[in-house]
Amino acid sequence: MEQFIFYPLSLMCIVFAVGVIVNTSPISSAVSLIGMMLGLAGLFVLLNAHLMAILQVLVYAGAIMVLFMFVIMLLNLKGDDEDWKMRGKNVLLASLSGVFVVTLLFKIFGDGFSTNIGKPAVLPETFGTTAAVGELLFTDFVLPFEVASILLLVAMIGAVVLAKTKLN
Amino acid sequence: MLLDFFITLLKVLFVLGVTVGFFAPILTWVERKQSAIMQDRIGANRADILGFRALGLFHIMADGLKMFTKEDFIPRGANPVLHTLSPIVALIPAIITFTVVPFGGVYDLFGKEVNLVIADLDVGLLFVFAIASIATYGYVIAGWSSNNNWSLLGSMRTTAQMISYEVTMGLTIIGVLMVYESMKLTEIGAAQESFFDWGIFLQPLGFIMFLTASIAENKRIPFDAPEAESELVAGYFTEYSGLKFGMFFMAEFIEMVTISAIVTILFFGAWHIPFITTASLLSLFDFLGTTGSNLVVMLIHVGVFFTKVVFFIWFQMTIRWTLPRFRYDQIMDLGWKILLPLSLANILVTGLILI
Repeated sequence: MEQFIFYPLSLMCIVFAVGVIVNTSPISSAVSLIGMMLGLAGLFVLLNAHLMAILQVLVYAGAIMVLFMFVIMLLNLKGDDEDWKMRGKNVLLASLSGVFVVTLLFKIFGDGFSTNIGKPAVLPETFGTTAAVGELLFTDFVLPFEVASILLLVAMIGAVVLAKTKLN
Repeated sequence: MLLDFFITLLKVLFVLGVTVGFFAPILTWVERKQSAIMQDRIGANRADILGFRALGLFHIMADGLKMFTKEDFIPRGANPVLHTLSPIVALIPAIITFTVVPFGGVYDLFGKEVNLVIADLDVGLLFVFAIASIATYGYVIAGWSSNNNWSLLGSMRTTAQMISYEVTMGLTIIGVLMVYESMKLTEIGAAQESFFDWGIFLQPLGFIMFLTASIAENKRIPFDAPEAESELVAGYFTEYSGLKFGMFFMAEFIEMVTISAIVTILFFGAWHIPFITTASLLSLFDFLGTTGSNLVVMLIHVGVFFTKVVFFIWFQMTIRWTLPRFRYDQIMDLGWKILLPLSLANILVTGLILI
């Protein structure tokens, strides 16, 4: 039953991910990226991680991508922009990401298929609920959580300083 | 299993019927009629069938007929795929939001517990916001894909405005979550049985800010800078005609219903009647038996809930025909310099009181 949802969703993710690379206009690429993120959110739901799925939609697909779109519209980027066309010719970036992808695939095919995958673990009743995730964040993972929030605060202050035209 | 499916199907049909089938068309008429009354005009009364006018109610049919038969126009240089996609992206989220909105409590019908909500998600309130943030794209892409400068300006204003007010909205509901200690809309509704537990008494500032932010999210006057007829022709939907325009129109009205429903649940006691508890209401109809009394109470609660929703729709329309449009920079100032600090202060004060 789960597989009837899993495979279409995965296919949707892959199609949209390819769409991000192949599309010539920046806005269409951004729309494809949103589609891919929505597919990912669906996969999170399949894994019983409802909170993660909603945050994926709310933060990535909702907030961050709107800002992407806003910047694209503000700069009025069109598909025939010179810099945008040049992106295919960045050899260093292309080869680096190629190496990365090949290693990843090698690892997946090497390890993933040789290990014997047993039955999935039985989930506790509260798995993936807001309360359970919140409790974990404030007990076992409180240090990384606080570090991440300080990092975000620093980034926020940095953005404000950069945006200020006059500095006293 | 089959029974559960059937019950869910009934609830879905009910919600669709109420939002798309009843509220969306009837509100187009109500808005005209209310504006006419407020401005001392007679208002929509021209459409008639054989001389019979029915208070102008036939205008709904005339509108629908016009939208169905009008030419669907895509301007030259526009992106046809995105141009067609955006009204759908704008309309669907407005309807989907209703999946987590409870329109009544839990009732014992024929020995089966019926919860009057389509999906009682653990992340309830966050779901509403996640779906609402997807709706933004409908308006953003609409302007961009039209290949029209007015539309593009409208879209940019929409993006800026919706991002700004989403922040305030998100922060205001944190106060509500702190008070009721749940994100499930059903639990928040159930917690407001006693009159003085209503959100408006526990979170008065939160109520005002949430309502303001949600009207701004819906881009209605006084926050309608994104469409601003006098400046941008019609903003992001300048280049839309026929049913695509109709979908934007419907999205606005359905969103109005959604906002009213959410405000009712968070701040106005959901389906509860002041000073009358569900238990006392049940005992009043005790002579009808368990199922009978539950059924009557259910109908009363659904009626009460939608009465409150109608009140808030009326309230939003009154605001729309009372205030002039704010300037764009005033909207931004209100969002970032007044509402944002106030909502942060609200969280702080709520936390201090709760401790």
